[in-house]
Amino acid sequence: MVSLLEFETTLRPLESELEEARRVGGNGHVDSAQERLTDQLRRIYSDLTPWQKVQVARHRERPYTLDYLQWGFTDFVELHGDRSFAEDRAIIGGPALLNGRSVMVIGHQKGRDTRENISRNFGMPHPEGYRKAERLMRQAEHFGMPVVTMVDTPGANAGLSDEERGQAEAIASSIATMLALRVPTVAVVIGEGGSGGALAIAVADRILMLEHAVFTVASPEAAASILWRDAGKASEAANNMRITAQDLKYFGLVDDIIPEPVGGAHRDHAAAASSVASAINSCLQGLSELPIDELLAARYAKYRNIAFFSE
Amino acid sequence: MKEIFKRHPRYAHAPEAFEGMPDNLWVRCPQCRELLYAKEQESTLRVCSKCKYHFPVSAHERIAMTVDEDSFREYGQGVRAADPLGFRSPSQNYSEKLTEYAQEAGTNEAFIYGTARIEGQDVVIGAVEFKFCGGSMGAAAGEKIARAMDLAVEKRYPLVIFAAGGGARMQEGVISLMQMAKTLAALDRLRDAGLPFFSVMVDPCLGGTTASYAMMGDVTIAEPGAYIGFAGKRVIEQTIRQKLPQNAARAEFLQEHGMVDLVVPRAELPATLGRLVRLFVSCNREERRPVGEPARV
Repeated sequence: MVSLLEFETTLRPLESELEEARRVGGNGHVDSAQERLTDQLRRIYSDLTPWQKVQVARHRERPYTLDYLQWGFTDFVELHGDRSFAEDRAIIGGPALLNGRSVMVIGHQKGRDTRENISRNFGMPHPEGYRKAERLMRQAEHFGMPVVTMVDTPGANAGLSDEERGQAEAIASSIATMLALRVPTVAVVIGEGGSGGALAIAVADRILMLEHAVFTVASPEAAASILWRDAGKASEAANNMRITAQDLKYFGLVDDIIPEPVGGAHRDHAAAASSVASAINSCLQGLSELPIDELLAARYAKYRNIAFFSE
Repeated sequence: MKEIFKRHPRYAHAPEAFEGMPDNLWVRCPQCRELLYAKEQESTLRVCSKCKYHFPVSAHERIAMTVDEDSFREYGQGVRAADPLGFRSPSQNYSEKLTEYAQEAGTNEAFIYGTARIEGQDVVIGAVEFKFCGGSMGAAAGEKIARAMDLAVEKRYPLVIFAAGGGARMQEGVISLMQMAKTLAALDRLRDAGLPFFSVMVDPCLGGTTASYAMMGDVTIAEPGAYIGFAGKRVIEQTIRQKLPQNAARAEFLQEHGMVDLVVPRAELPATLGRLVRLFVSCNREERRPVGEPARV
């Protein structure tokens, strides 16, 4: 059983019923208990508030980039280091096979427990992470491999040493490089798309988003502290900033939403990964058919023509 | 007896204000506390004559201080922010705020641009207006920055931008974040056209501004003392749970760490930009690459 979020507490009695049915035996009992549980899950997850989605997107059992690599890809070889300063474990990357096709996968990586989270800095990259990402993008371009990115970070790390090593320049350069890559690119927001640290690897030909993922201009906590000098108003900020996959699809900022298993991706990593893999695969099939200059012109237009102003 | 040993102040304190003194006759330098005669501020380009602190100036003033007299022609004044998210909260109504910002700043958005001449040479020049919502890059500001880049490509002029501001505008959510991608997409065309971009970062220059076009100048210039970085001072202090030293993430600190080419005082900027434009444009009269083809390093 996965750990329950605060708005999921109505599941607890249903879970005990299911356990009881399993203990007592009798397929009929188990099936109906399972059905009641699934119904309740479906009910809760069809009507999540943005703030609840933030909690789902941050769920500590939610699949991360490495889980998608394990379940949705084969033959992944992780490549390390930015060739300038260090290895940053908050962003991972390397070539892998997706449906028999070589692709370069680059993604933020959070840790599953405290120890791993410390070594991965909770998925918050330093400049080296973005420089590694950029290095791998260029390598992919050189070999004609499509680039697939997985976005899942609270944001770029904000320390003085990051400023010394050029956090802003690293992010800007990664965005600029990704926009100009002469290979097809697909980005999937799998959890938290936090600010510039997320955008650094998200400016693809197609941006997909998992059903309960969020994409924010700043984390709800940071936004609340900027707007109202009160990080405690994070839920208010989340509910106001249009951060859900459904909102961003409505504004045309993401291209497609990938449905999650009932009750969220964290309840079934394999099923989530299989949906993600097939969504990426069908995007890549479409994109690979375009001549590269058309692809680049379309990518330019996609970002240059984001409007939402008046004149 | 006590009187003798009592420490006397070594300097007389300049009073904050005399009775009957006009409010705007003097300004106090926030860095060295010197009282400066307001009328002299214009001739000193709003730089403290004692400690060289660079006071904030408006976008229009900045351009006027930099370009040949009366050479600036503004473009794109009609581009204004909308309220795409319908951003509401008990304390703030974004669409009403926009009117307030415009009144405070005297501009329609947080960015102005146009054509001008520097030492007789044509340029496209733009500047962030900090008084408009902290110089943040909403969709309208982002559009104007991209249009400044488009205009430079169209006219085949070099581009100069005074970059500043806190970065993204919270009230426009991810639409605002995407302006980073928009400005970088437009900048790529300028690069393809072989035209130089001189980025002048002024206080404060942060977040989505530095992490997009500002840091991607062919030459990056910083104004002395300007706070330039990805994260703001308060955010870093929260992260590392320490007070930052005075010079941290200031222009000189960035230059020391290899992040900017030049730190140029306001008074020297026209001459520096004039020289750079001459150097980068004289070698580049003809278009070298067809538009759309990326530069190979």
